[in-house]
Amino acid sequence: MAEFITFFFGAAIILAGAIGVVVARNAVHSALFLIQTLLGVAVIFVVQEAHFLAAVQIVVYAGAIVIVFLFVIMLLGVDKAEDLGVEPIAGQKPLAVVLGASLLATAITFVLVATDGATGVGSGDPERQLDSGITDIERIGRVLFTEYAVAFQLTAALLTIGVIGAVVLTRSQSSADQLDDLAPASVDLPSLAPEGANDEHHVDTVEEDAS
Amino acid sequence: MMFAQDPLYAGDWLGDALIAGLKVLVAFAFLLVAVMLNIWFLRKVISDFQNRIGPNTAGRWGILQSLADGIKLFFKEDLIPENSDRFAFKLAPYLSLVPAFLVFAIIPIGGDFNGDDGDGVVSIFGHDTLLQVADPPVGVLWFLAMSSLAIYGVMLAGWSSGSKYPLIGSVRASAQMVSYEAALGLALASVLLVSGTLSTHAMVIDQSGEGPAFLGIENILPAWYLLPVGIVPFVVFIIAGTAELNHPPFDLVEAEQEIVGGFHTEYSSIRFALFFLAEFMNQITMGALLVTLFLGGPNGPAFFFPEGWWIGVFWFFVKLMGFLFLLVWVRATLPRFRYDQLMDFGWKLLIPLSLGWFILLAFIQVGRDEAWSTAQFVGLGVGLAAVFLALAGMLTLAIRNARNERIEEMEDAHG
Repeated sequence: MAEFITFFFGAAIILAGAIGVVVARNAVHSALFLIQTLLGVAVIFVVQEAHFLAAVQIVVYAGAIVIVFLFVIMLLGVDKAEDLGVEPIAGQKPLAVVLGASLLATAITFVLVATDGATGVGSGDPERQLDSGITDIERIGRVLFTEYAVAFQLTAALLTIGVIGAVVLTRSQSSADQLDDLAPASVDLPSLAPEGANDEHHVDTVEEDAS
Repeated sequence: MMFAQDPLYAGDWLGDALIAGLKVLVAFAFLLVAVMLNIWFLRKVISDFQNRIGPNTAGRWGILQSLADGIKLFFKEDLIPENSDRFAFKLAPYLSLVPAFLVFAIIPIGGDFNGDDGDGVVSIFGHDTLLQVADPPVGVLWFLAMSSLAIYGVMLAGWSSGSKYPLIGSVRASAQMVSYEAALGLALASVLLVSGTLSTHAMVIDQSGEGPAFLGIENILPAWYLLPVGIVPFVVFIIAGTAELNHPPFDLVEAEQEIVGGFHTEYSSIRFALFFLAEFMNQITMGALLVTLFLGGPNGPAFFFPEGWWIGVFWFFVKLMGFLFLLVWVRATLPRFRYDQLMDFGWKLLIPLSLGWFILLAFIQVGRDEAWSTAQFVGLGVGLAAVFLALAGMLTLAIRNARNERIEEMEDAHG
């Protein structure tokens, strides 16, 4: 009973957040609704006794990934409400409807057909039963470092390669060009007075020393 | 199913629900009063450091000063800047405050852990329960989860104010908190390696009783994790924790001389008070977590064994006060870091240090599990250290070469 009530509230939080992500006109508000959805999913995980997944859901998704989203949104300056009348890609809206509908159909089919197989509860394998006496943290830890040890290491390597790749790609210029980029003219920040007038202090380009 | 799993919640559900509600209420009230006293304590102690008197008007010794300030803040005018994003501006203080409250739920603040059957269970109105709001299996991960959520409050406050200084402050805050969370997490991982559990309750039970013999004298050292984990994670945890709190010397987030008030520049009245509350509440929670992880939580020194749950509460607060005094001491002593010093300190010192210590602890743990002899320990240790030093040397060489090449390139390009 308690599980049902908690699921009901969790589902309401998730759906409200998901609708908010789509409906909100401001990208930052969308990100906030996304956090709401992620927290709702964490609640559902707790109800399913997947405490570790719930914690990871908050630490990794809500705590790290959406933070990066917000950084990008704020730094790129796309945090103003956008005009939704303009379509950036032609034919994108009907395509989105078709793809969304097929995704929904897939999800419904999966839930209807594969309920037992999806959770593993009904599979009869005692290792996959929920009441085998050890916590989910121990179970995940054991599986991760025995059965899936290679995959785990490869994922770690992949992430490291990703980070190094990002650094290499953004540093593809030669060092001499970078020095030119740092000339004062390019770090000139525009600023506005409170009443909106241009309050910018003009910064002259400093001539580089010839030597 | 979920609620039946915990043996403490078997039986009549109404009584248990009431006990749970009571614990939440007590924790809430405790935190509010503790923040009030913490602010007063900070101001009094820092006054002593600076040869001043400090608050002395409201109540005896000025002890009600924070209460008076709080009431004043409630009745002040609440300003919302015209440029602000109203929704996020109003939401941000709560995003700071709620995680600060929630973290405290996993802290065991008392209970009798002495003896063989000392499991910290106390009886309230005939119900067996723990002196902590909740004991989730994920334990200290809950702390990491909540402290990562707390970043949103600061970040949104700065962004939604629609003004420059708050934005600078919030960018600084998020960069700082994300950076130092890594060192904090690694120090925490060292403790987990020794404890073998995430649950704060299990950790406190594990730290009860007497520790190893010292100089042949039994019963003198406590079984606190500080001894098996070592001093390095303890110090790293304190430093990284201070940085997470945006407490001096890591208070670049609200550096008055540079960026007015940082992320809460535009906040006034009760919304400002909420940020203030969250900040001081986080100090208390960080101290409580430090006590739980390293200093045995409610466990007293091993040679001192009176009975009763209250003695646990007493030791817990003695240790917590020690941490809070340390914070004030640091605030009164150290000047603020420069931004590059802050980042260098976090990334180049704290993270490698705590990671190295973590590997060392893991090495010792593996040695114990495999029952190595002393010769094996020394041999493998020296071998691994040699490999590590060789790799570190190669890395240093590579970095130096790359830097020299860059300098040459620049000199070529610019004559």
